[in-house]
Amino acid sequence: MIDWQPLWLSLRLAGITTIILLVLAIPLGYWLAHSRQRWKIAVEALVSLPMVLPPTVLGFYLLLAFSPSHAFGRFLDHYLNIRLVFTFPGLVIASLFYSLPFAAGPIIAGFRGLPPDLRAASRTLGKSDLTTLIRILLPNIRPSLITGAVMSFAHTIGEFGVVMMIGGSIPGQTRVASVAIYDEVQSIHYSLANHYAVLLLAFSFSILLLVYLVNHHFNQAKTIL
Amino acid sequence: MLHTARGLQRLEIAFHWQQGRLLAIYGPSGAGKTTLLRILAGLTETESGYIEVDGEVWLDSTRRINLATRHRSIGFVFQDFALFPNLTVRQQLEFALPDRHNKAIVPELLTLMELEELQHRRPALLSGGQQQRVALARAIARRPRLLLLDEPLSALDDEMRYKLQEYILMAHRHYRLTTIFVSHHLPEVFRLADEAILLEKGRIGGQGTPATLFAEEKNGHTLTITGEIVSIVPTGDGFIINVNCAGAIIPVAATAAAAAEWQPGQPVKLLSTIIAPKILPISTS
Repeated sequence: MIDWQPLWLSLRLAGITTIILLVLAIPLGYWLAHSRQRWKIAVEALVSLPMVLPPTVLGFYLLLAFSPSHAFGRFLDHYLNIRLVFTFPGLVIASLFYSLPFAAGPIIAGFRGLPPDLRAASRTLGKSDLTTLIRILLPNIRPSLITGAVMSFAHTIGEFGVVMMIGGSIPGQTRVASVAIYDEVQSIHYSLANHYAVLLLAFSFSILLLVYLVNHHFNQAKTIL
Repeated sequence: MLHTARGLQRLEIAFHWQQGRLLAIYGPSGAGKTTLLRILAGLTETESGYIEVDGEVWLDSTRRINLATRHRSIGFVFQDFALFPNLTVRQQLEFALPDRHNKAIVPELLTLMELEELQHRRPALLSGGQQQRVALARAIARRPRLLLLDEPLSALDDEMRYKLQEYILMAHRHYRLTTIFVSHHLPEVFRLADEAILLEKGRIGGQGTPATLFAEEKNGHTLTITGEIVSIVPTGDGFIINVNCAGAIIPVAATAAAAAEWQPGQPVKLLSTIIAPKILPISTS
């Protein structure tokens, strides 16, 4: 009998991660696209780093940081009574790092792709940067926002290495679908593993199909509207 | 400093302009025209400078005053119009108004600029000339103290250019605006401007009415007459351009290539060398 909990946990993790990432990636992308400070290049490289880093490396350092036997983890444990190793909140924080480039990348590209005079035009009309962002810039990069959201959602669903390092496989807490597949295979429950795997496969494909459909729709809308 | 095709160039300019007038800034590309306009709008920073409009200081580098663009009462028409792709024509005008501002000017502008039928369209569905009218209407909507136009007609063909000059003149007069526009098209300067500034290599080469400023030589050996093209007539091996100068039609021979640059209705300047003229008494015989 298939246990739905790992799938539900995966969706919950991905949903929460995506919402937080969107909130973070919009100001970050705006700053990276418009700032003229030189050290922003270093920030941009850092943002993209999780894309090329083996997830186990990321997970390893997060494990060290979160561990109560090290300074940061001890501080959280002693003063705030927060434990991030082998917990769901810890997974969320790890996923934020892990999927950040997938949310920020399309949004940065979206901001950069807009004609610079749009922002200038809004300013000459007496509008603040915040009004300009909400009324002009964001509506015009909607496809980038959707792509960023869908990609970070899908990428979080597929997270495995990082979860193994800092989450383990605690049912209801950290045993997400990708980890459940690994566990079932370890216990030679190939058919159960297959159930999870097929669902993840179908899900991933649907997500990508949706992204391409949305982009296709917007490209067409651009020429028609 | 200006970054131009020929490298860095210093922009050093001082001038006054009068309220309610239409001032042209004319010069070759790379002279700093657009930069000057963007400095007035606060979109480009300067090393040092002073700008005062109607007694309000917008820029004073000695006192470290630099009013942000959004606090300057300006309307700016960009060279590529910079219309917002996500807003309809009407929404562009409404967006331009300050919060809780009376919206009565929106239908008025739509009528004046003949945009009523297009008001629910987005910019992608508009022609170049229509986009230009929207950009102009949007810049005027908040009734700015200063209307700035950055080569607003350069993207359009001559016929459209001529029509849109009408709209600019009409808006300038109807709303009693103070307007500064940048152009590298001399007939446009003649047609629109009360006053012109010649900008060359980042410096002012002269200021005055277009007629006095652009009279090529002032020593009497050449004659400059301004007029308007009434017709372009093909002949066997070329064209005759008929120019109306204060009522007299003066035919000018032109090659096909030269004639192609002109359109009936365009204001032009005729330049002619005077070769040994004879003075005769006026008599009826």
